[in-house]
Amino acid sequence: MSDVAVTPAAVRRPDGVWARLRRRKLALFGMAIVVLMVGSAILAPWIAPYDPFEQHFEGLSLYGEPLPPGGDFLLGTDLLGRDLLSRLLYGARTSLIIGVVANGIALVIGTLIGLVAGFFRGWIGSVLMRFTDLMMAFPALLLAICLAAIFQPSLWIVAFVIAMVNWVQTARVIYTETTALTERDFIAAERTLGASTPRIVFKHILPHLIPMIVVWGTLGISTTVLLEATLSYLGVGVQPPTPSWGNIIFENQTYFQSAPWLVFFPGAAIVVLALAFNLVGDALRDVLDPTLRGSN
Amino acid sequence: MAGYAVRRLVQAMLILLGVSFITFFLLYVLPADPVRQIAGRSATPQTVANIREQLGLDQPFLVQYWRYMAGLFQGDMGRSYLQKTDVATLIAARLPASLLLMAAGIFAELCIGLTMGVIAALWRGRSIDNSLMMTSFVTVSAPQFVVALLLLYVFAVKLGWFPIGGYGTAAHLVLPAMTLGVLGSGWYARMMRSSMVEVLRSDFVRTARAKGLTRGRVILRHAMPNAILPIIAMIGIDIGIFMGGIVVVEGVFGWPGIGQLAWQAIQRVDIPIIMGVTLVSACAIVLGNLLADLITPLVDPRIRIR
Repeated sequence: MSDVAVTPAAVRRPDGVWARLRRRKLALFGMAIVVLMVGSAILAPWIAPYDPFEQHFEGLSLYGEPLPPGGDFLLGTDLLGRDLLSRLLYGARTSLIIGVVANGIALVIGTLIGLVAGFFRGWIGSVLMRFTDLMMAFPALLLAICLAAIFQPSLWIVAFVIAMVNWVQTARVIYTETTALTERDFIAAERTLGASTPRIVFKHILPHLIPMIVVWGTLGISTTVLLEATLSYLGVGVQPPTPSWGNIIFENQTYFQSAPWLVFFPGAAIVVLALAFNLVGDALRDVLDPTLRGSN
Repeated sequence: MAGYAVRRLVQAMLILLGVSFITFFLLYVLPADPVRQIAGRSATPQTVANIREQLGLDQPFLVQYWRYMAGLFQGDMGRSYLQKTDVATLIAARLPASLLLMAAGIFAELCIGLTMGVIAALWRGRSIDNSLMMTSFVTVSAPQFVVALLLLYVFAVKLGWFPIGGYGTAAHLVLPAMTLGVLGSGWYARMMRSSMVEVLRSDFVRTARAKGLTRGRVILRHAMPNAILPIIAMIGIDIGIFMGGIVVVEGVFGWPGIGQLAWQAIQRVDIPIIMGVTLVSACAIVLGNLLADLITPLVDPRIRIR
């Protein structure tokens, strides 16, 4: 009788990721924001009310000051009389491109290092993980500022610099997970059956790591967006006139006492985007990581 | 325990050695030439060559690194290219301000974060819990400069309660410390909440309740001290996070710490200062992590060290 005495929970077919994600209001909220932001970044040329580079004559007051929100310019204008809303919409492109590219590079480096170190261990593993420890001890932002300031920063340099300081977390997580996986019986079974190392790594280890990569990839975009904004705010990130949320604040900072909207709208945009990816990533972690299930 | 501590200490030293090597290498291969900055645009090639020789920059990389490290072990961090002062002196003059800001920031983080965490845990599942956890999400998603500028606008520009920037009195410290406090509180709130929830479920809390102790006493005397234990280790890690963001906070508020020193040095390619500040920051990060690892078993004897 013991084989039929299963609990109802075990009988129920396990829900898909999407079904479990859908039950979380915060995750849905985050996803909605992500879709909205990505959509407006892609559609920027069609939905932006003005050209983001055009300096409107009527965009400045009689005294040459930027215009507050309202009127012809929905979110006001900046120091040069450019439409803030249009610049923010185009700025979303910058943030998302860097978010995706930098985070993608970081994810590949981190996964590769963690996977190789965790699978082969031995001296390769030790060298790689000691190097990772070393990178953890680096003051990351200082390093990024230094690199970005000295190379002539462009969009791609900024993405590269961010990737260089951001792969470490992923490497450590993937390493821990890979070492645990290589100890499992099914890997030993594969080995006994004579499977080649690439086959084991790509067919059996990597698929198990994908949930973790997805989670860290999502959370990482938020970190990347924040780092890009910070570098651009310091003037060593994306260079004006290319709009980025960080450099809009950098450019207009001197006027922020009299024109606070020039800091608040881009600032809010950064927070909302980073928050959205954090919410989605956190929910994904709860849903995908079986070790955490039930911890809430 | 002693063996473990020694092993970790050696490891920390090796990590710092590695950091110094990589930083030195990065600064060596960078396309920016410090000699050009010192000599100025109109310098003749002869002058440039002389300065290069004087600073030892014509030597091979390993010789330069060896000289730097030999000096470092004697407490000599080199001389600033442009300020003509010892880097050690410059850093020593700026470090107290940074440490003060760090201490105040961590204090603010703990006050805000722990309060949020305890309240959320006590009213778990209620709307106050949800809104506090949402708040903590927002604070970890906000960049430092945005929070700093927001606080600056509200409390310095509009209300005029605190000075806009600078250093000297306690009033100058409030806004930068609050910036760090608001940003860091999210992590502490989440940690404290889960730790507190776990403790509230434990047997000794049930026993304390069963003894007839008041709810307040059980929470303050029995649950909270135990829930705080795992948080202590986080403070060590937090030192590292602080060191990472120091350039921004000090920049916004004009706080004269090592972050500002580094920022000015980066703009002028003053390599000895960049090197010095990076090493000091790395030291703080490594020490913080070390402290976190060593303190945990001390405050919580259940955690045994192999």
